[in-house]
This record gives sequence, structure tokens and C-alpha cells, in this order.
Amino acid sequence: MQFMLLFSRQGKLRLQKWYVPLSDKEKKKITRELVQTVLARKPKMCSFLEWRDLKIVYKRYASLYFCCAIEDQDNELITLEIIHRYVELLDKYFGSVCELDIIFNFEKAYFILDEFLLGGEVQETSKKNVLKAIEQADLLQEDSKPRSTRLHSCVKS
Amino acid sequence: MPAVSKGDGMRGLAVFISDIRNCKSKEAEIKRINKELANIRSKFKGDKALDGYSKKKYVCKLLFIFLLGHDIDFGHMEAVNLLSSNKYTEKQIGYLFISVLVNSNSELIRLINNAIKNDLASRNPTFMCLALHCIANVGSREMGEAFAADIPRILVAGDSMDSVKQSAALCLLRLYKASPDLVPMGEWTARVVHLLNDQHMGVVTAAVSLITCLCKKNPDDFKTCVSLAVSRLSRIVSSASTDLQDYTYYFVPAPWLSVKLLRLLQCYPPPEDAAVKGRLVECLETVLNKAQEPPKSKKVQHSNAKNAILFETISLIIHYDSEPNLLVRACNQLGQFLQHRETNLRYLALESMCTLASSEFSHEAVKTHIDTVINALKTERDVSVRQRAADLLYAMCDRSNAKQIVSEMLRYLETADYAIREEIVLKVAILAEKYAVDYSWYVDTILNLIRIAGDYVSEEVWYRVLQIVTNRDDVQGYAAKTVFEALQAPACHENMVKVGGYILGEFGNLIAGDPRSSPPVQFSLLHSKFHLCSVATRALLLSTYIKFINLFPETKATIQGVLRAGSQLRNADVELQQRAVEYLTLSSVASTDVLATVLEEMPPFPERESSILAKLKRKKGPGAGSALDDGRRDPSSNDINGGMEPTPSTVSTPSPSADLLGLRAAPPPAAPPASAGAGNLLVDVFDGPAAQPSLGPTPEEAFLSELEPPAPESPMALLADPAPAAEHPRHLAPPAPSGLSESSQSSDRTWVGQRDSDGALPPPPTAGRMYLFYGNKTSVQFQNFSPTVVHPGDLQTHILSGPLAVQTKRVAAQVDGGAQVQQVLNIECLRDFLTPPLLSVRFRYGGAPQALTLKLPVTINKFFQPTEMAAQDFFQRWKQLSLPQQEAQKIFKANHPMDAEVTKAKLLGFGSALLDNVDPNPENFVGAGIIQTKALQVGCLLRLEPNAQAQMYRLTLRTSKEPVSRHLCELLAQQF
Repeated sequence: MQFMLLFSRQGKLRLQKWYVPLSDKEKKKITRELVQTVLARKPKMCSFLEWRDLKIVYKRYASLYFCCAIEDQDNELITLEIIHRYVELLDKYFGSVCELDIIFNFEKAYFILDEFLLGGEVQETSKKNVLKAIEQADLLQEDSKPRSTRLHSCVKS
Repeated sequence: MPAVSKGDGMRGLAVFISDIRNCKSKEAEIKRINKELANIRSKFKGDKALDGYSKKKYVCKLLFIFLLGHDIDFGHMEAVNLLSSNKYTEKQIGYLFISVLVNSNSELIRLINNAIKNDLASRNPTFMCLALHCIANVGSREMGEAFAADIPRILVAGDSMDSVKQSAALCLLRLYKASPDLVPMGEWTARVVHLLNDQHMGVVTAAVSLITCLCKKNPDDFKTCVSLAVSRLSRIVSSASTDLQDYTYYFVPAPWLSVKLLRLLQCYPPPEDAAVKGRLVECLETVLNKAQEPPKSKKVQHSNAKNAILFETISLIIHYDSEPNLLVRACNQLGQFLQHRETNLRYLALESMCTLASSEFSHEAVKTHIDTVINALKTERDVSVRQRAADLLYAMCDRSNAKQIVSEMLRYLETADYAIREEIVLKVAILAEKYAVDYSWYVDTILNLIRIAGDYVSEEVWYRVLQIVTNRDDVQGYAAKTVFEALQAPACHENMVKVGGYILGEFGNLIAGDPRSSPPVQFSLLHSKFHLCSVATRALLLSTYIKFINLFPETKATIQGVLRAGSQLRNADVELQQRAVEYLTLSSVASTDVLATVLEEMPPFPERESSILAKLKRKKGPGAGSALDDGRRDPSSNDINGGMEPTPSTVSTPSPSADLLGLRAAPPPAAPPASAGAGNLLVDVFDGPAAQPSLGPTPEEAFLSELEPPAPESPMALLADPAPAAEHPRHLAPPAPSGLSESSQSSDRTWVGQRDSDGALPPPPTAGRMYLFYGNKTSVQFQNFSPTVVHPGDLQTHILSGPLAVQTKRVAAQVDGGAQVQQVLNIECLRDFLTPPLLSVRFRYGGAPQALTLKLPVTINKFFQPTEMAAQDFFQRWKQLSLPQQEAQKIFKANHPMDAEVTKAKLLGFGSALLDNVDPNPENFVGAGIIQTKALQVGCLLRLEPNAQAQMYRLTLRTSKEPVSRHLCELLAQQF
């Protein structure tokens, strides 16, 4: 996969993940072009389209479009399910996810994506394992302060 | 899931995001952001040291602002500081910031790398994963240099946690894709293959991607993965839908892993080991069988995952292209999908069938679906699906169904989306030509194309119909009759006028017997369109008129009247005016015999690759014309292209079934003489050899060296890539040289290097690209820096244009000390030439003007295209070029050791093909090639006879142009 974009029906970009090196200018250009192309498509149309020398796979969930660019030999249907699995992960983590969750916790959306996809390839498909990694992080965060004070007191005593 | 974790306690961030969302206008948003940026900047600059939490919060805000699309130019240092925090979330935010924004500030790379190094060594799996994610996300060369050697170790270490292995595998993949040279191959590679056996499905999933990429680059080193992949796949495919627990996705066991394994297998041919192969075929059959089973769930996720595996299986079957049974089963399966209610499946089935159509085993099976596909073309509501249907029709077309497919595509063209019309036009034109059994059908089809979609009929298409009609006398009368009828439509497309004008000018006499299309009628029909046409078309029509004077003397008075009219003779357009004047004079002064000779019917065009096919390939990228490139399906294809100087006798009477699309790479066609704007009809007729550059002296100095060496005190010195002075003169094609070398006379101020294009500009062979690098080796800025290319022949011979068309991009007028600028030259060879172009570089250095003149290494042999031919053809052509002035010979002493292999390489490097088994003496070398210039092609034959005893060579060149023979002989002789 070369990149993944999440954007709203109004064309606001909510998440962008690039797996190939591109300049910021190029990224903005691609984003503009794709958002326009995908938003112009009608509901029942097919989820795949050719774009430059890539294949675009996209799917709409409520107000959000998830859009992936894959290479010629890549499998479209499995990419569609990559999108779905990511949505399931977000949903499980946030508890019925909505666009606002992703806006206000954008960093979490990136962390979850990194556990699931790395370098443009699927890293871990098990929902349990991905969420375990994120949960662990959340636990660490809650512990971190108390634990450090505990450590301090240990040293002192 | 604990609810508190979501907001992360960063209330400031949440407030800021709400504020932004509440902004009513873009201006308000920018104002709010600027306020926040000022605030953060003051916090970062403030005296009070920030605690980790605040730093994290501000860095996160900056990240948010960046992701909104604004530029961020500070905060990198604070983010880097977060990396060394021992609080996980602070570290995490730091890494996220670096991953997203690292490119813009690379001087921090060293600090970042240090932090990563510490985390990788920490033995804390969560920290290690964060660090690996960061490397994978950035994937830069610097990161590769720092870590590419460590990661394989982490990947195969026995004590690495599974999650760390997964991240390490994909991290390594990213680095390997970016800079394969940095990843050392070694003992770890064998162990990586065995990760296919790992108990943890997640580890296998990640590792397969890495292995697939490694296999593509080094297939032989990773062969063992085939049997491992097959057994893994077989275990998954045969497992019950619940066996794999969390790796089962909507009742489909491990779909991602299955797809990846099937992709991996596509890197290799079918397994040789019978047992492995048997097991694999069993897997493939199981997948095909499962497709027929009732679905275990109504959810679309279930069917998508299942079908993802099915399509990948079909890809593998097509890749093997050796199991007729499986191919036909695959085709039937796709046939079912063609009528599926899911648009996605119909789309993919059409796409996948396109590749099946090119297999000899399944081509016929694909053809049985023709009606469904035609129906899809007519009824699909989504243009991208219709496009796939058109592609498939094109791919499944052969002689048996060409008429049906072409007529359906023509019908579709009437309502087709504008975006794809041109492509459909090209496809129809190619199919009509490729599968034409009778050429009247071909002519009808192309004229229909012009009628239906004239705006989308490119030059290539209508040039091609003219070439074909000119070359086949059996269709000329029909063509004349048909265009005549087509032109009678009240509104006809300008392209129709062009085709009609040309054909009637050549073959109007064939229908002149019918009073309904008598010469005056033909003329007035054409002339009635004249005023509505563009200049180019009018120029073409004027040429038709002068041809009419020859064909039909009775029209002479009328036509002279038209030419004499003020609107022609004093036309504001120079081209039209010139044609009118010249044609008028020609028709008045020339005798009937002279007129008949000058205006004789055009000779047949040399056969070459269809320009239309070339255009489609350009449009669609390589492989687009695969259905046609593939000679296998059409053993009857009769390649009549390939002579270096095609003689009329070989091309004028090909058998009707001969494949007109020459299938080998060949130059795009020269425009027909009447082509717009060229304005060279008269030149073609009268001129010929007069159009040659002057035969001035051809100095043999090294190219790109100073012609006027700068005085010793000059600030300018030169570092040239001594390309053609070296042993192998380079072609404007691969192999591309690497790097630059310094010439001995360089002092330390400036260097100019050059490298030839490595294929950035593939077609046409008459063109090439050169990159020049100017380096300022001083520390003082050069001003008014201006390099220009001139051709020395300009002043002496061609007033209008030199033999080379050189396009340059301007370079900046200032070159800073130590800086290097690049300039690209696009060079097209218009005619043959003897003297190379000069590069004149002018600039001011410390106030004093400087000038340098260098020779560019562009010699005529750069436009040399090798030609293969059999011994018999060679001798025949050799004899044809037997006039004394066509031959140039040189006997000279060897300057280098006489080594057959080196000599071969030099001849090939010169651009000629080497022909084996031609010369009876095996010591001798024989070669052939064509000099490709825009104006003409010069066939060249050469023979080199080494005499090892005497340390001498005899070099003989025969070409159709005298100066070319001599010049090539001189150029080549320098090499030995």
C-alpha cells in the first residue's frame, strides 16, 4: 500500500498515512485530487478505480471516507477488508467510533494504525493482539506517574 | 476499554481542537492557529523548563496544526527531547511527531538516531516496537545507514518477542525497498525463510511480506520458501473456519496471510518437486471448490475475504499458465462473477479475465462470454466498469469476432464518456487494422471513427489509414469512392476532409469515370470545405489541387484560378502563400511530362510498427498492448518489417492477411509528406541530397574539452566527462555512465560534467536527452551565467534551422560558490550532420566576463539504431550500395590491443548491430544499422577487418549518403 487517507464528506482530511516518500507539496496535491475524485462518485459505484498508475480502493463509513492507494498487483478485495478491519479496531477501542473521536484523539488513530499496518503491509490481523498493544500503552500511561513516585519512595526508604 | 484514556488528560489540546472546529471562517482559523503558535513558541523559548507533560501537549498541538495543512518550522527539538523520556506516552508522541515531520529538519537526525538506538537496546518490547515503527514510518536513507545492519539481528534473535519480530520484519522491508544496498544479506536470510513456519500467525503474516520482496530481487537465494509457503497455505486452506481463532475473519481462515502466501508463490514458476506441486494444485482446487459452496455468512466481509483469496488464486493460476484445467475453471468462475449483483465483483472479474484472454489455454473459454461483456459495456452504470469491459473486449478480440467487437465498440463510442473516447478510438483503429480480412471493412471502420468521434481521432489514426490505402492497391478505388461519399455529408469533420483530400489527390482518378464523381465534381466538393478548415488542412488541400492538375488536366484552369486568387497568393499565412505561389508557377511552367514525374503517385510507405499501437502503449504504459504484442496467438503474423532500406518491391504487395502492425520495435512513422506545417512537399519532390550540412572540416579533438583554453589566470577551468574521447563512445541510450571524472587539465574553479540519458525519453530514436552539470568550484558566485548551445553549421548552410533541434531549460543566472546546477538538453536529430554542436558558457567571475566553448559529445552515431538481418539480405543490400561515393574505407594502425571482445563492445557501443555468420572470415566483423533523423533514415552497413599480424585494421562503410559514410568511417576509426 502506498498511502491511506481518511476524509469527511465535506472533504476535510482526518488522517493521512504515507508509506512512500513524497514531498509535502506532492502529498497535498494528491490529497486534493483524490478527495475530489472520490467525493464525486455516486453511492452504488464500484469501490475501485484506476488513478495514475495506482489502484484506489475506498469505502464510506457514515460521514467518513477511507481511501487506500495500492499498486498494480495488489489485491483490491483484501484491501477493502483492511479498511474494514481498521474501522473495527477503532470501533472496539473507542466504543462505537464516530468522526469526532478521530478528530479529538487523532494520535490514537495513528497509534492503532501503526499496530495494524506497518510500512504499508499488514502487520497483525488479530483484533485482540492489536488492541492488547494499545491497551498496554494506555495502562503504562496511567501507571507512569504513580510508578515513578513509588520508585522514588523506594529509593528514599 | 477505560474511558479516561481517550482524552489522555491533555485538556488543553481538546480545547484547542474545539476552538478550531468552532472557527467560522478560514481567516478565523488561521488567526487562532497563529495565536497558538505564538503561545507555544514563547513556552518553548521561556526561561522556565517545561515538564514532560506540557512538552507533550504542545508538541501534540503542533502536530495537529501540521496535519491541518499548515507549515510548522519549530518544535522539532522538543519532540526529540520527548524521545528520551521514560514515560511511554511522551515517547510515543515524540515518535509520532518525528514520523510525520522528520523530513523538514534533518540535522536532528543524529539525535533522533541516538534515541532510537537506545530504545532498540532497551530490551523493553514496547519501546523497541515504538522505535521500529518510527524507522519504518520514516524509512529514509539516513535511517537505513544507521539501522539496516541491526534490524536483521533483532528479527531472528531467539529471545525477541513476537510483536518485536513483526515490527522488525516490516521495518526491514521498508528499508530494503528504499535502499536495498544498505541491507546486508547474510546468515539471517536463511532464518527469515523459516519464519514461515513460526507458530505465531502474526509473525508469519509480517514475515511473508518481507520474504516476498526479498524473493523478487534474489529469487535464487530464497527458493526454499516455495515448499514452506505451500505447506503453510495448505494448512490454512484445509483448516476449519474456527481453527485459527482470532485469525479467522468472518468465517474465513487467515485471509490476509493466504493472499500474501499466494502472492509470494507468484514470484516463482510452478514448483518442480512433484509432491509440492501436487499439494499446491490441491490447495488451488480447494479454493475453487469453496467458491461454489454456499456462503457461511451473509455479511459482505465474508464474501470479500473469501473472494480476495479466490482472485489471488486465479492470479497464481494465470501466472503459471500451465494447467489448462485450472485455467478453464478459473474462467468459468469469473464468468459467474460477470453477472454478480456486486459491482465490485463484476469489475474484478472483467479485469482478471483480461489476463486470462492472453493465455492460449483459456482464450477460447474467455471468448464464450462475449455477449455478457458486450452487455456490460452497454448497461453498466459505472464508467470504470465499462472501461474494464472495453479492455476485455479488446483483449479477447481475434479474427473470428473482430467484426462484432469493433461494431459494438463503435456503437459504444457514440455515448462513451469523454474521458475514455480517445482510448476507445485507438483500440478500434488497432483492432480494425490487425484483424482486417478485407480492407474495405477497414476503411469503412476508420471513416466511421472519424464520423462518430472525429475530435478524438488523433493524427496517428488518420495517418495510418493513408499509409495502408497507399500501400494496397486493392483498396484504393474503394477508399476513393467511400471518402467521396462521406464528404457529401453537409457537416463533416475536418479529419474527414484531410483523409478525403489526400486520398482523392492520389486516387481520385479511380472514380473519375463515374459522372457523379467526375473531376470537376470532386474538386468542387473538396473546395466547398476549404473555407471552413484550419490552415494545416487548407495547405493539404492545396497539395491535392496541384495533384488534380496532373490527374485531371481539364481542371487546370479552374484550379489555377483558385491558386491565383488574392486570398491565396496574398494569404497572411506564409505556408499557404508559398504553396499557392509555387504550385501556380509549377503548373504554368512545367511540361506535362515534368508535371507527371513531379506529381506522381506517392510510393508505398515503409512498413513499421503501427504508430497507433505505439500511441496506445504510451497512453497506457507498458503491457497495454499485450493482447497484440503477443505474437503467440497469431502465428500467421507475417512480419514484413525489418529491412533497413525497405524497397518498394517488398512492401507494395503483401498478402492480404499479412499483419500490418509490424510487431518489432521500430521508429514511429515519418509524417506523410502532406503533413501539416511541414510544408516540405516541394522539398521532398525536388530537393533530396541538396539538403545537407556543409562538408566543413571535422576536427577530431576530444569533445567537451576547451576549444579555446582559458588563459592561466582565468578563473574558469573545466572538468569534463571525457565521454566520446574514451574508448566507447556512448549512445544516447543505456548503458548510462555513472559519475564524472576529472580531466587532467582541470584547475579548481568550474567543472562541467555530462551524462547521457538513461532512457528518460525513450521514443523516438531521433531524440535523446543529455544532462549537463555545471559546478562552481570557487567560493565566489558566478553571475550572468548563461550556457547556450549552437551548431557550427548554422551560419554556413541552413538559414532556417540546424540539423539538430536542441531544447534547453534556462538555468539560474547566478551560481553560488560550491554549488552545482543541472541543465537538461532535449536533442532531436532533424538531418544528418558532421560537426557536433557547441556549448558556449558565458558568465562573470569577480566582475570579469568569462567565456568557454566546448564541444558536446553529440555525434551522428548517437542516432544509430541497430538492425538485424540475415547474411543474404546483407549481401543484397551491400551490392545495392555499390556506387563509389557510397563507400568510405580507411586502413589504419591499431592504437589499442586487438581484442575481439573489446572490438565487439566498441561496435555495439557505436550503435550498430553485429551480424554473425555473415562474413566468411570469422575474424571479421560485420554490422548494420540505421541513422534515424527526422527528415530521413540512412541505412548503414559496415565491415571491419582486423589484421593481427600487421596490427592494422581495414574499415569499410557503405551508406546511402556519401558524407555519412565518410563521417561514420572517421568516427569509428578513432575507436580502435
